[in-house]
Amino acid sequence: MLDLDMGKYAAYVWPAWGISALILAALAARVIASARRWKAELKALEAARP
Amino acid sequence: MFGLANPDRFARFTRPLVPVLWVGAVVLLAIGVWLSFIAPEDYQQGDTVRIMFVHVPAASVGLGVYLALGVSSFFALVFRHPLADAAARAAALPGAAYTALALITGSLWGKPMWGAFWVWGDARLMSELILLLFFIGYMALRASIDDEAKAARAAAVLGLVGLINLPIVKFSVDWWNTLHQPASLVRADGPSMGPEMLAPLLVMMAAYAVFFLAVWITAIRTEITRRRVVALRARRALEA
Repeated sequence: MLDLDMGKYAAYVWPAWGISALILAALAARVIASARRWKAELKALEAARP
Repeated sequence: MFGLANPDRFARFTRPLVPVLWVGAVVLLAIGVWLSFIAPEDYQQGDTVRIMFVHVPAASVGLGVYLALGVSSFFALVFRHPLADAAARAAALPGAAYTALALITGSLWGKPMWGAFWVWGDARLMSELILLLFFIGYMALRASIDDEAKAARAAAVLGLVGLINLPIVKFSVDWWNTLHQPASLVRADGPSMGPEMLAPLLVMMAAYAVFFLAVWITAIRTEITRRRVVALRARRALEA
């Protein structure tokens, strides 16, 4: 069954998982935000075509 | 294969692939997390063994990311191909993130098992730190040169040089004395762990690999878009 009691190692296991989740989430957020920003920029430039 | 080297064709081909990769990564991560916390404690390492499920995928996929960066750098340098350069550039940030995670989670595992967060001079630890420095150096070098073509060439040379470090990281545990345990997955006599540990580890490795592909391909597509914007701006400036 699901075991979330890390006993005496909780101070090592949870930070390891926490920082992994944080960095992966930040990486995804950054890449997706950047994709949206440049897509919007290109759209705006093309719309403003003389 | 080489047909995809055309940036427009690449952008068209990967368009339906991107959402599939992101959804695949999230599903694999969810299954991997679940399996990691229903696995039994290790009889020697106790619950710290659960750090392995985030440490080993970050470290091994991080090595693979550098291989992608190095091979892309080779194509960028030899064939001067813009897509290869975009691919190398897009691999640097996720590679640095994975390698930093391998070092951080490794030190959180090292403290309760070896009694130290970090051991200066240890072959595996030092070669992994050098790998991180190559990723950071690659990004810093690109950022420090204004001329994009020059920056791309200089970064590609650095990217290629860093390939030398890959076998050193991988085989450091066999070549030198190190606190780090030897390879337990890729061995002549098969993996040295039970299926209840192997399953979460393999699923998490697949999750980290698919997550990287999602990040990488999204970032390459963004780089193609960014270059279009830069080119369009330059053309408009000339016309004005």
